[in-house]
Amino acid sequence: MDILELYKTMDYGPAPESPAAVYAWLDDHERRFGLFINNRWVTPENAEYYPSYNPATGEKLAETVQAGQKEVDQAVAAARQAFESWSKTPGQVRARYLYAIARNIQKHNRLLAVLEAMDNGKPLREARDIDVPLLARHFYYHAGWAQLMETELRDYQPVGVVGQIIPWNFPLLMLAWKIAPAIAMGNTVVLKPASYTRLSALLFAEVVAEAGLPPGVINIITGSSKAGTMIVTHPDVDKIAFTGSTDVGRVLRRQTAGTGKKLSLELGGKSPFIVFEDADLDGAIEGVVDAIWFNQGQVCCAGSRLLVQENVADVFLRKLKARMGKLRVGDPLDKAIDMGAIVDRTQWETIDRWVQTGVKEGGELFQPDIPLPEKGLFYKPTLICNLDPAAETVQEEIFGPVLVSLTFRSPAEAIALANNTRYGLAASVWSDNINLALDVASKLKAGSVWINSTNLFDAASGFGGYRESGFGREGGREGLFEYLRPAWQERPRPDFQPPADGQQKSAWGEHVPARPSMPAATKTNGRDGRELPRVDRTPKMYIGGKQVRPDGNYTLAVRNPKGEVIGQVGDGNRKDIRDAVEAAHAAHTASPGWAMRHGYNRSQILYFIAENLDARREEFARRIVAQTGRSLASAQNEVDISVGRLFTYAAWADKYGGSVQETTLRGVTVAINEPIGVIGIACPDEYPLLGFISLMAPAIARGNTVVMIPSEKHPLSATDFYQVLDTSDVPAGVVNIITGDRDHLTKTLIQHEDVDAVWYFGSAQGSYYVEYESAANMKRTWVSYGLKRDWLSAEQGEGHEFLHEATQVKNIWTPTGE
Amino acid sequence: MASKNERNPGMPLQLDWVMRAHVNRSAVERRVASLPARRSIKKDWQAAWLLRAVTCIDLTTLAGDDTPGRVRRLCAKAKQPLRQDMLAALGADGQPITVGAVCVYPSRVKDAVEALRGSNIPVASVATGFPDGQTPLAQRIAEIEQAIEAGAREIDVVIHRPYVLTGDWQALYDEVRAFRETCGDAAHMKTILAVGNLATLKQVYQASLTAMMAGSDFIKTSTGKESVNATLEAGLVMVRAIREYYERTGYKVGFKPAGGITKAKQTLAWQALMKEELGVEWLMPDLFRIGASSLLTDLERQLYHYITGHYAARHHMPMG
Repeated sequence: MDILELYKTMDYGPAPESPAAVYAWLDDHERRFGLFINNRWVTPENAEYYPSYNPATGEKLAETVQAGQKEVDQAVAAARQAFESWSKTPGQVRARYLYAIARNIQKHNRLLAVLEAMDNGKPLREARDIDVPLLARHFYYHAGWAQLMETELRDYQPVGVVGQIIPWNFPLLMLAWKIAPAIAMGNTVVLKPASYTRLSALLFAEVVAEAGLPPGVINIITGSSKAGTMIVTHPDVDKIAFTGSTDVGRVLRRQTAGTGKKLSLELGGKSPFIVFEDADLDGAIEGVVDAIWFNQGQVCCAGSRLLVQENVADVFLRKLKARMGKLRVGDPLDKAIDMGAIVDRTQWETIDRWVQTGVKEGGELFQPDIPLPEKGLFYKPTLICNLDPAAETVQEEIFGPVLVSLTFRSPAEAIALANNTRYGLAASVWSDNINLALDVASKLKAGSVWINSTNLFDAASGFGGYRESGFGREGGREGLFEYLRPAWQERPRPDFQPPADGQQKSAWGEHVPARPSMPAATKTNGRDGRELPRVDRTPKMYIGGKQVRPDGNYTLAVRNPKGEVIGQVGDGNRKDIRDAVEAAHAAHTASPGWAMRHGYNRSQILYFIAENLDARREEFARRIVAQTGRSLASAQNEVDISVGRLFTYAAWADKYGGSVQETTLRGVTVAINEPIGVIGIACPDEYPLLGFISLMAPAIARGNTVVMIPSEKHPLSATDFYQVLDTSDVPAGVVNIITGDRDHLTKTLIQHEDVDAVWYFGSAQGSYYVEYESAANMKRTWVSYGLKRDWLSAEQGEGHEFLHEATQVKNIWTPTGE
Repeated sequence: MASKNERNPGMPLQLDWVMRAHVNRSAVERRVASLPARRSIKKDWQAAWLLRAVTCIDLTTLAGDDTPGRVRRLCAKAKQPLRQDMLAALGADGQPITVGAVCVYPSRVKDAVEALRGSNIPVASVATGFPDGQTPLAQRIAEIEQAIEAGAREIDVVIHRPYVLTGDWQALYDEVRAFRETCGDAAHMKTILAVGNLATLKQVYQASLTAMMAGSDFIKTSTGKESVNATLEAGLVMVRAIREYYERTGYKVGFKPAGGITKAKQTLAWQALMKEELGVEWLMPDLFRIGASSLLTDLERQLYHYITGHYAARHHMPMG
């Protein structure tokens, strides 16, 4: 090369990383890998193999096994056997193992990074500077939680054998997010890497084995989506953790419905990147680069929707286009590039199809005039402007280096546009005005909000979504609960056999309205001892702070255990639920909305409810006796505990706001426990008052509004209760009560796409349908699987589990420094 | 905006432009943290870039013990910054490879001018109460006149930092404008912001804009005497100001980081910054200078390693 010529042009040249060590490792294995079970390589007889390619060159790197049922069984059995000892291994011993893994990752840092770049197509720079350091960080962080588990999480136990399925965009990092918290908390795992990117997980397996982890704690199974299904449906797997597309997430939700398996899903996104006029625009431009051209845009939390304030939009887009012209796309192993290769041809074609759609939708396409390598799956950084919010390319996840841009006029409009999506994974807010930035951050529906920054990750901060971006968190203290269950609780094994696939039509939740019932209602005795008819008192529905007649004008008889009719309630229908959900939303949009009131205010209201309930102690106790036939003492006890429970959540109303996360950011990372929104709650039949209060109180204490379906058998305690609500300053719509056929009403709630969560304390069958149907909008669910809990006990009837279910964590990252 | 290759004539102070500046430190830090890692320069390219860096050096001595002899020795090195055998090995023998300028105190300008006679290497003089700028204005201006009188063709002026710290942009503008008028056609002016003395990156940006509006040919980070010198963070902010000024006016203002740049690796990072944020034109000595005293030796050693594959001994490189 002519130095003088370069001296004149000052061009960039290639700066390639050597792949020699990776090739040597592949050759050590003769370029063919078995399954990692019990710390040994297992090669099934007559194994079918699947090739791994380098997407930048098309070169075949190696082949790996397509696991079948036998191998999955073998891996689950290994994990089950290891669980027996691993779950009993003291946390401080587990901590040493995690620490050893973290150290060993660092010792093999470069090999892991180079392999990751070759197998996935991501720039080596990113693999080396981001993925692998975060991989090690995750194990260090969780070594700490293993160390502290017995003191800090003493009310919890491990879940058991965990099946984990990860995507191809961050093979090692996603593996870390899955495995580290699981094994730290005493679980054992069977992990399946994505088909496109299987190799780094296998290298990781060797790193783990070298670190001396006991056999069976981590098992790595390669295979197709069929193997994934085998893991998900395996009866001896206690929990599934998945990261991937929302569509696959829905399938998994349905496959695990009603089984008692825990599930956490980290799904897609279309995250907004909001630029206000007072932002450092040059800084924000680099933010965009990190948001959408990181990992070729194949990032679930990619800032793929640019929202720019109208008055700076022209300047910003001009700067952005100029910046795009400086991006270098090329060989992932070249250390002078910004973007590598798209993982697979299928993905490349999907991206290209989306770009064509964007153009058809009237978008203005910009791709810079920069060279791409002649061979390999490379795609230019792409910007599509002038699209409307209705455009598919604005709504749907593209999962490639494609940015769509819109403008807004005001902060309120920015928030509205940002939240105008089915997703809620992340958001980025750029403004030099801290009041504005934090206000917007607090109003965005997203699990991670980055202020004046983007795509920041750390093990100390939980990552995960709102809405259809999934549920559960990975990282932080909040992420541990995905791998824990309360110490008193066994793995639910519901005695309900779900219908075979494709036969979902069922009679569950169908209901024919009630008719008049004989015999007549019991009579009462007048002062002179003569029998008198009771004064008819038919409770109504309670919607938006008003007592309303059931929409259908049907009435349901309420009987005591002897079968005598002791009262009547409205027989609710779909429209009652609809109205109640509208009222529950109105309570959020009111001014001040329920969630926006401070905790002090909510606690005052809960104390007031308790005060008013206590004043009517005898009346409520007698009602319980009348409905259940229990003794007065037992009924009084139920009322007293109910009052106590209201006190408990009045206490929690201003003590569960969140925490400061100790991330690697210079600045402040705050985890905020936000309300979920509108929660539909189907109450248990046991303890007609206490069951109702135990579920309502944590939900509203934490800022949710609720649609309560009282016990179907004993609804009168709940309908009596709305008079208490009426006298306790509870704003309209915060608590709505719909009586009737529980499963019928639940079915409407679970199918309602503007309900954010459903709690169901009913049958195993109902639990199955609730979980199954929730997949439509990925609402969070909490079900009893037909099992009873001891509502009287503080351990089972109140506390952290309830608060956890009533909240979702938003992490706001605010860098500092002037 | 049409690109103009003539000197930046400056413009009236536009306060609203200065006041609207937004610089977010953490965003700046992330950019400079990732930029060198995004632009690794290796092998032939590295040799070419380092050779180019040699031509951008303002070879500097600014010490109380500078003597005529010391200045003469430095000037000799300036004329022959690389050994002849190395130039030949790089295919650059016969090329006019010299440093960009020699930079000295006003009292040493005459020595330097004499020592460099016959070469095209300009002498740069610091002035205006270097390094702190805390002497009376008339004296500071007189220094410029004296340095030009002694033969300096480039004047590195320092700004009066209190104006920046108190936000008196008009006073800053007026003073730098006066410096520029004193330089006139006789000398190019580099304006030293002394970023280590400024409170915020926003002030760095605002001071950069004001200095350019006042007619600076270059803006320069530091005197080398502050406790914090040329940081990539401040440099990024300054080159972004240069870009904005160019986009608005069409005039190209040069950039000179100075102070603490001693290694070839640092040089490559600065060069990548220039190329990424401004473009290749800003890698050439008419728009990019590196103020340094010991850097040249490290550039020589890295080039030697490129040529021979052996790590070089410091004492094999002729002293400046």
